[in-house]
This record gives sequence, C-alpha cells and structure tokens, in this order.
Amino acid sequence: MIRVTRSAIIDAPIERVWAILRDFNSHTAWHPVVAESVIENDEPADQVGCVRNFTLKDGNHIREQLLALSDNDYVSTYCILDATLPMQRYVATVQLKRVTDGDRTFWHWQSTFDTPRGREQEFADLVGKGVYEGGFEGLRAFLRRRPGAPAMQTAGGETMATQGMVVSRFGGPDVLEARPLEARSPGPGEVRVRHSAIGVNYIDVYVRKGEYRMIEPPAPIGMEAAGVVIDVGDGVTHLLPGDRIAYACAPPGAYVGLRTLPASQVVVLPDEIDDETAAAVMLKGMTAEYLLHRTHLLRGGETVLVHAAAGGVGLLLCQWAKALGARVIGTVSTDDKARAARAAGCDATIVGRDYRFAAALHDATGGRGADVIYDGLGQAAARENLEALAMCGHWICYGHASGPVDRLSVESLGQKSATFSSPVLFHYTADRAVLTAMAQRTFEALRQGTIRLDIRHRYPLSSAAQAHRDLESRATIGPLILLP
Amino acid sequence: MIKVYTSSVIDAPAEQVWARIRDFNGLPGWTPFVAESRIEGGLPSDKIGCVRNFRLKDGGMIREQLLTLSDYDYQCSYSILESPLGVDNYVATLKLTPVTDGNRTFAEWWAEFDCAPDREGQLSRDIGQGVFQAGFDSLKMLVRR
Repeated sequence: MIRVTRSAIIDAPIERVWAILRDFNSHTAWHPVVAESVIENDEPADQVGCVRNFTLKDGNHIREQLLALSDNDYVSTYCILDATLPMQRYVATVQLKRVTDGDRTFWHWQSTFDTPRGREQEFADLVGKGVYEGGFEGLRAFLRRRPGAPAMQTAGGETMATQGMVVSRFGGPDVLEARPLEARSPGPGEVRVRHSAIGVNYIDVYVRKGEYRMIEPPAPIGMEAAGVVIDVGDGVTHLLPGDRIAYACAPPGAYVGLRTLPASQVVVLPDEIDDETAAAVMLKGMTAEYLLHRTHLLRGGETVLVHAAAGGVGLLLCQWAKALGARVIGTVSTDDKARAARAAGCDATIVGRDYRFAAALHDATGGRGADVIYDGLGQAAARENLEALAMCGHWICYGHASGPVDRLSVESLGQKSATFSSPVLFHYTADRAVLTAMAQRTFEALRQGTIRLDIRHRYPLSSAAQAHRDLESRATIGPLILLP
Repeated sequence: MIKVYTSSVIDAPAEQVWARIRDFNGLPGWTPFVAESRIEGGLPSDKIGCVRNFRLKDGGMIREQLLTLSDYDYQCSYSILESPLGVDNYVATLKLTPVTDGNRTFAEWWAEFDCAPDREGQLSRDIGQGVFQAGFDSLKMLVRR
C-alpha cells in the first residue's frame, strides 16, 4: 500500500478555503489537472455518497465518491470508484485546520492506495506532486484571482440605498420609473448583491403589463442579473462576500442596483464567464438547458422547429439543438433575423409575421413534420403548431408572446399521439441541486462554444423603458441587458 | 468546559522543532515565562505519569503531569495538578505536524478546562496568547534558519 501525504499553509482564513474545498464539484474552478467535473444524478455537492465524474486534462476519467464531510472538523473524505488509471483502494482525506497566528489555513491532504507492482513511485509522484501540490498552487492562484472577503461574514450591516426601475402601475413601457430603493441587510438564508448587469426577458413585459400577477405596483421587475456578493445572512454556506454570482429566479425585482434575495437561487460564476454574458444567459440559457435536456431529451436526428429563432432563447436553442445532432428549422419575422438564425445553426428558416408556417415546414421535411416544437408564441400559433407536428411529436409551449394557449383539446393531441408540455423554468430550478446542474451545464456549453452570445443591445438601467419598447417591437436580435 | 486553541507555523522541519520541545522538563529552555523546572521523584522526563514542578518568572509554582508523549505523532498532553491560575480539569495538548510545502511545521497547542464564568475571557487570553502564542513566538526565534 502506498501512502501519500502533502500539506501546505494557505494564506487565507479557513472559512474561505473550506467554502471552496467542501464543494465536491468545485475542482474545475481551481485545480489545474481537472478539465470537467459533474456530480452524477444531479445530487448536491455536499450530499454524502454523491459521485463526481472527473475528466482530467490528460484525458483520463475518474469517478470518486464522497464518503464523509464535516463542516465542524473541516474534513472531507472520498474514494475512487473507478478510473482509467490503475489505482485501487484509493481513499483520500482533506483536512483543514485554523492557523490562529495570522488567520491562515493549514491544509493536510493524505491518501492510501495500491498500484501495479513497480509503478509505486510513478503514482506516488502523480498523486503527491501532480494532484496535491498542483492543487495547493491552483487554489492559491484561484484565491489571488478571487480574494473574497477575509472571513465568512455574517450580515449585520445597515440597509443600503440604491436605485431601481419600478413598475408604477400595470401598463406600457412608460410605466417603468426610476425610483430610490433600499437593499436591507440579508436575513437567514439570504444574500445581498451588487448588480453589474441585468438581463431583460419577455417575462418582464408580461409582469409589467400585469398579465403575470407576480408583483403589486409599485415594485421593481426583472428576473435575472449578475454581480458581486456584498454580504450573506446566517446559514448561507455556498457564498462569500466578494464572490461573483448570477441568478435567474422569481420573485421579480432584478432591475435594481443592489438587491437582497434568497441565497438558494444564486450560483457562483466560473472565472471565464463575464458578468454581461452571465446576466444574459442565466434565464435564457437555463431555459434552453431544460427544454433540450429535461422537458424533452433531444436526440440526434430529430427535427425541431424553433419559433422566434433569432430571439434570446431561440438563438441558444438553435445552436445547442444543432450541436446535439438535431435538424433545426426556425421561424423568424424578417430576413435579417433569418440570417442570424442560420448563423446560429438553423438548417432552414421560415420568414413571416402571420403565424403561418405549417405548410412550409411540411415542405421542408418531406411532409413528415417536426418531432419537437419549441414554442414561445402561444395562442396565435396553436393551430399551425398542431398541424406542423410529426406523428408522436412533442409540442413544448414555454412562452406565449401572443397570449396563452386555450381550448386545446385532448382529442386534437390524440389525432397524432402528440405530447403537449407547458414547462416553467422556475419549477425546474426550485430544487437547488437541479439548479446547480442546469447552471453548470449552461456554463459548460458556453466554455465549449456550443452556445455563444452576441450581446448587441445594452442600455443604462434608467433606459429600461426603451429596452422594453425595442423588445416588444420585435426589432432586437439576441439578448438585451441593462447596466446599472 | 472551555477550550482555548492556538496554532502557528514554525519555519523549521517538524523533527527539529520536536527535538526542542519533547523534553517535559525543558520549558526553561524554550519558553519565555518559566524560570526553573524539575521532575518530581527523579523520574525520566519521558516517563508517562511523571510530574514537572516549575516556577514561573513571575513567581507562581505549577505542577503538571505528563499524560501522553508520542514521538510518532509529535504530540504531548498533560494536566495541571496544582497552579495559581484558578482552573479545574485542565488538560492541554501540544502537537506538531509537518508542512511538506516548504518543510515547515504546523504547531497546535490547545487546552480544555473549567473556571469561574467571569474569568473565562481573561483566562482564555492569558493562556491562548500569554502562554501558547508566546511559546510559539519564542520557538520561531530559536529555530530561525
């Protein structure tokens, strides 16, 4: 049996170091040899027994299981279940201890394992130098990039003044007014953040008009933003002051400079995702994620019809569906948008403003129709959607720009053995483990270049009304963001 | 029962630091606050159960009994039998761990004890800073390379 021990002093408080190391799925952010990390079955990263699936930068794969985790003793123990490397019975323990002299951290990393006879030294070096010493340096570099706060700070601060765009009464874009607001000190389970970029979505229009009664005016709207953590309330362990974060969640209220909200909906941003991209991708990217991987598990070879294919979600759906091997056909309202949709991977586009597309789609598919329809249009397109659907097809209505679908009969679905889904993002993200998995897959798709964002529409936060006018005029291509 | 914990980093290999501190009768040689020390009954200072009887530079006398001595773990525990501190059930441990990165030493010293509630804060500071951290600071000077 080989025993490998390495230890180091990290020049940061133990709370800061532990916040990173206790996350069994954090290694892609700081460890130099780990290329990909996924927790299997969407389990939380602090679920004892959960399994992480590593892809190393040299191409090797390792599955490791969390055996023990103690926030009290700062200990994490895990083992290798299987690996493409010849290592058996590998059990490792990470233990942190506080260095009270200078508020630093002692990090002890130890393992025992077996390898084929004659290769002991090779693997002792691989683990000791490559993984453990490399990890020490990687974490130090990570902390230099993201110093965070000196310690796990519990909120005790004052209410802070800010500005926000408030819906004064339900109505058109002009009901959006700039008003002074307050961000109170975060309570238990809450976080207070400073926004750097805010996403604009069609749901904001529904809320502003009162079609979705999610606020009572006067109140700010907005569902997604990126920024930096100011402080956290009791019981919040996954965030620290100084962390770069993003979120997409109800209730509305993102069109503000500072905000206090439930920490459970907030995720830490990887270094390589900038704030504007994050603000533009959280709601739309995670929407594309669940539409392609959860509501319907898209398979290569399927034909998909994407409505509003040059819109914020539409462009992401086209790129991602294409990368998954689907044949993608998009509907758009103008030739400009058709070009944008084709650039995003659309095999064919149908241009028009009259919600007539079924005949063109049948032409494009040899009469077969679409296996999946991603529909953000709603009522005005309902009849054509049923017509455009292939046998046993799946019509997924995730938005209704022309009004909600009503009077859809079970019988009409039965005529094609069709499935109708009416999914809502926030039902998927309500479970934090699912939210984390969705955000990770979205960030990974950005990293891999599977999805790309071209942000052409930026507005000062105070010009939110103009952003809404532009969005509703159907003149925009891709995401819109507001900058506080 | 309250616990006082102090830890530091000594810039020398653990075996070298251990050689400085393993002698239970050696406090005058490395701490700044012990004037003289002897082991009662003429026992060896690494015999478990032996009692060191030492005089502080401020005049106070303390008797402590060796409970654990591990050359394998670089660890030593002891209890206070008599002292002017006003503590009961006092057990302390001094432990060294090698830091492979830089070949240094992570040193921990902690104690658990009972005392009058109104003295907890003062005693924690006196022991944590006045004894343990002062000992570490002295060790850092002694082993400086």
